Amino acid sequence: MTFQSIETSSLAGSVEASPGATLLRRGGEIGQLAVSRYGVIFGFLAFWQVAATVGWVNPAIFPPLDAIFVALWKALASGRLVGDIAISLQRAGIAFGAAVVVGIPLGLFMGQIRSVERALDPILQLFRQTSALAIYPVFILFLGLGETSKVAVIFWATLFPLLLATIGGVKEVDGKLIEMARTFGASQLAVFRRIVLPASVPAIFVGLRLSATTALLLLIAAEMIGANKGLGFQVMNAQYNFQIPLMFGAIFLLAALGLTANYVLVSLQRRLCRWSDIAR
Amino acid sequence: MSVVQNTRPTTRLGEVTVRDLSKSFALNGQRLAVLRDLQLEVRSGESLAIVGPSGCGKTTLLRVLAGLETPDQGEVLIDGLPVKGVGTERAIIFQEPRLLPWLTVLGNVAFGLEMRGKSKAQAELRARHYIRLVGLAEFEAAYPRQLSGGMAQRVGIARALTVQPEILLLDEPLGALDAMTKLTMQEELSRIWREEKVTMILVTHDLEEAIYLADRVLVLTKNGASVPRLIDINLARPRDRNESDFVAMRKRLMAEFGLH
Ligand SMILES: Nc1ncnc2c1ncn2[C@@H]1O[C@H](COP(=O)(O)OP(=O)(O)O)[C@@H](O)[C@H]1O
Ligand SMILES: [Mg+2]
Repeated sequence: MTFQSIETSSLAGSVEASPGATLLRRGGEIGQLAVSRYGVIFGFLAFWQVAATVGWVNPAIFPPLDAIFVALWKALASGRLVGDIAISLQRAGIAFGAAVVVGIPLGLFMGQIRSVERALDPILQLFRQTSALAIYPVFILFLGLGETSKVAVIFWATLFPLLLATIGGVKEVDGKLIEMARTFGASQLAVFRRIVLPASVPAIFVGLRLSATTALLLLIAAEMIGANKGLGFQVMNAQYNFQIPLMFGAIFLLAALGLTANYVLVSLQRRLCRWSDIAR
Repeated sequence: MSVVQNTRPTTRLGEVTVRDLSKSFALNGQRLAVLRDLQLEVRSGESLAIVGPSGCGKTTLLRVLAGLETPDQGEVLIDGLPVKGVGTERAIIFQEPRLLPWLTVLGNVAFGLEMRGKSKAQAELRARHYIRLVGLAEFEAAYPRQLSGGMAQRVGIARALTVQPEILLLDEPLGALDAMTKLTMQEELSRIWREEKVTMILVTHDLEEAIYLADRVLVLTKNGASVPRLIDINLARPRDRNESDFVAMRKRLMAEFGLH
């Protein structure tokens, strides 16, 4: 701030900073920010490209980025991957949505009732610590190899982080705030709506982000094990058929999916938790 | 309107009577008697300070008056009616401001009234008045994390005033503030008490604060060792801490504690 004013005052009399110059300077600032934040990833991608083109690595295993993007583009344009993306989004989406619909209300309820929470905590911990992939065969046994078992295993893995985070959030609510509301005659419902719920939102978002990551992880695993469609399947399939550029293309798509999910949740959190330090 | 006045005679607004009050807690399997057979009359519109060593039951007494604790024996009457739980004629200000971090200053101050069934618009209208009264008009849209300790405590005070209680119960409200802020806030509390004409019951560990603000000071002793004493502060208002009468009163009160 002061730096800028010194700069402009030294220029005073000669010329008012032209809009073009200001734009250029602002562009420079943004550029600097981008370099400090994304410099390493640009460097990594550039290194990949050079290494693959020059031949430091075997381009049959690490194809250059342009080849990957061409393969990806072709697969998308021909509509081949579109169906896979759709089915993957559907599986992860349904499971994640169900986890949200079940986990958040259940967590809000359980967190408030000490005895229920205490009685169920050991089994929740047990379920959480049991890898969902380990029990995927059980799901297949009961639900077959179709969509249901895939959605079920993703749901299972997604539910617990969200449920436990929500319970934790509710338990952490400051009792002094609840007492304060009571002194103003707040009803049980008002305490829940005006205090417990907003106070739990940051913890719920931690759970949501954890769950979203887990959903994608399980999605890919489930699709690699027993599917004939979906991005996870395409990664495996492309590898079997030695379509390495397409394989990397599908991996990049999955990474993009994860980044997008996280971005959406973070922006939502920023909007809902403007008051909190975490969102600053 | 007339109905309200019929149930609560205006002549006795904010009168508190404590009769034979006893309260003990279970601590490590033992009963710890905190208050024993306490008698107290607080007049309408009076300012009473409660002082005493740490752990002597000041907070406990205030919480019983607030209806947050039930006495083992005895009762509390407000305007002649026995206290059952929290009530609309009382508002409490705790040592910590207890603001809701997700609400702005305006939202926090309006919160109490909203809990009492007023619409958001009505609540905010009155909240604005009290935010101005505590001198925070420019900070209406700020969030608690953006406020200093003194400002946050002002918001808590405004929130309590907004419900227009007959009785204001304060538990060391300025205890956590720095010396400078504390002085300003004491002046402000004194002004608010005068302007709002509320009964004020203030717990403090600061004898000077008690003398500055109170009409009478209740001195509690540890474990109810002796009968609590009531000391009249007959000093003209506004009070001056450097006046000889004020200084003499402080010496007397300190002697009460065995401090010379
Ligand atoms: N909820 C409680 N359970 C057990 N003991 C308590 C409780 N509240 C207060 N006490 C005890 O009662 C005594 C008086 O406490 P308090 O009223 O907070 O004192 P003060 O506010 O005067 O410092 C202390 O010894 C404290 O440990
Ligand atoms: Mg206390």
